[in-house]
Amino acid sequence: MTRNQFIAILILLALVFVFPNIFSGSYILTVAIFSGINAIVTMGLCILMGYAGQVSLGQAGFYGIGAYVSAIMSLKYGIPVLFSIIIASIIASIAALLLAIPALRLKGHYLAVATLGFGEIIYIILNEWGPGGPSGFGNIPHFNIFSIEIKTPYQYFYLVWLIVILLLGFSLNVINSRIGRALRAMHESETASASVGINIPELKIKVFILGAIFASIAGSLYAHFVTFLSPSGFSLFYSILVLIMAVVGGISNIWGAVVGAVIITVLPELLKNFREFDVLAYGFILTVSLMFMRKGIVGIITEKLGEKRCSR
Amino acid sequence: MLQIVNITKRFGGITALSDVSFHVEKEEIKAVIGPNGAGKTTLLNIISGMEQPDRGEVMLAGERITGLPAHDIAKKGLARTFQHVELFGNMTVLENIMVGMHRRTSSGFLSCGLRLPTVREEEKGIRQKGIELLEYIGLKHRADEPASVLSIGEERILEIGRALATEPRILLLDEPASGLNEAETFQLSVFIKQLRDEKGITIVLVEHDMSLVMNISDSIVVLDFGEKIAEGTPEEIRQDKKVIEAYLGEEEYVS
Repeated sequence: MTRNQFIAILILLALVFVFPNIFSGSYILTVAIFSGINAIVTMGLCILMGYAGQVSLGQAGFYGIGAYVSAIMSLKYGIPVLFSIIIASIIASIAALLLAIPALRLKGHYLAVATLGFGEIIYIILNEWGPGGPSGFGNIPHFNIFSIEIKTPYQYFYLVWLIVILLLGFSLNVINSRIGRALRAMHESETASASVGINIPELKIKVFILGAIFASIAGSLYAHFVTFLSPSGFSLFYSILVLIMAVVGGISNIWGAVVGAVIITVLPELLKNFREFDVLAYGFILTVSLMFMRKGIVGIITEKLGEKRCSR
Repeated sequence: MLQIVNITKRFGGITALSDVSFHVEKEEIKAVIGPNGAGKTTLLNIISGMEQPDRGEVMLAGERITGLPAHDIAKKGLARTFQHVELFGNMTVLENIMVGMHRRTSSGFLSCGLRLPTVREEEKGIRQKGIELLEYIGLKHRADEPASVLSIGEERILEIGRALATEPRILLLDEPASGLNEAETFQLSVFIKQLRDEKGITIVLVEHDMSLVMNISDSIVVLDFGEKIAEGTPEEIRQDKKVIEAYLGEEEYVS
């Protein structure tokens, strides 16, 4: 990552450190935890879509795999939570591989429909074969590490947001490396990329796996926080929600994923005052923001900063 | 260096290439000319692995490369440019060159994400080499600008630079002079000769601009409706009756 990005990460780290000491209400912290969980999924989608140019409407599937596998492993087989999260990521990676191989030939809308189909398959599997079926199951162990349980919103806030920052740093490093350049190159012209020796199929598979691992980690974090799972949170609606987060924040900037996730998670909470009109207000804000900010919030900010620097 | 053996390619009912064969010697500048639709670009696509021939094969330094994916052919030392420039417009000029060096670096997702010392070292190395290459092709002063702001002449040079970044043994150029004015075309011809003389790169050139072709080619292959109708030195081609009939005679721009 560049120096500016490093400074931005330090600022985010400071904010995360201070936040729970100012806003200590468990409701606010819970919303902040969900924001962080959503930010992780959105970062994965942002790399996949914004950088590599591969559309996915199936991130809820990987999120669901992460949540269910980790929950079942720890609950039914007594595997330590940390390991069950890793096992879930491995299974999500295998699912991504199985999805990516046939999807390699697809682009744009066709890829969107294929990934959407994948998400729906996972959703149906969770409904039919998941513990408790459509009504779900509970008693999932809390997150624990070295037999220290992390379960209060205050503790969990730190856990989730530290993981957000680690994955953000990881993503920035990937983006600013040969891999990141290859991803952007693939997005612009697959032919030209292949002509300089970039293995397009391999790169596509790997970036799908990366997105799946991010979503799976987020799903696991969700499961071990709420300790109750039902399939309803892993439907197509969640995939679309993640897409909205990425687009509102600015899909071609990984910071946009974090900003978009926070805004879209917090917005419905703020709009509760509108009572039955909240969905209407939500839709209105989305439409307006997409009409006037095609590049997303972070895209607009960086553009303005760039203009200032140029005009000086 | 490069052998094209009995290449045939059909698109539906149309035969784009019919039984085309020729050799390219090491450090030769070989031009492929012919009227529009003669199959020149299809031939380059087949050599570089972007299309598969219906029949025939391509040998690179004695090794069959037909059927290999394009990125593997690139790895074996064959680079190319495109008729319609295919640069990465959202990246800087230097980044375009650095993408060209993809094969010369090897860090994967995990080591890049963790930014291991080896990754930093590698990155520093290719950045340095990239700047040197930009200096060589005369675009160093534009290193940090987005590739999308370049003029067509600069774009063509940068695309060749990106191909050079792969350290090719053989370079395929698809109409590198199209869109260039006379002065730029002359500069380009000097540059292409320089690549052969200084870097020892073998060059296959598809081109419409006859002054460029006659000026720099050691040998010329003429295609017409997918068939090779002549092959020889520029002098021989200029006097070949079939060529004059099929191609040169129609428009008198032989210089």
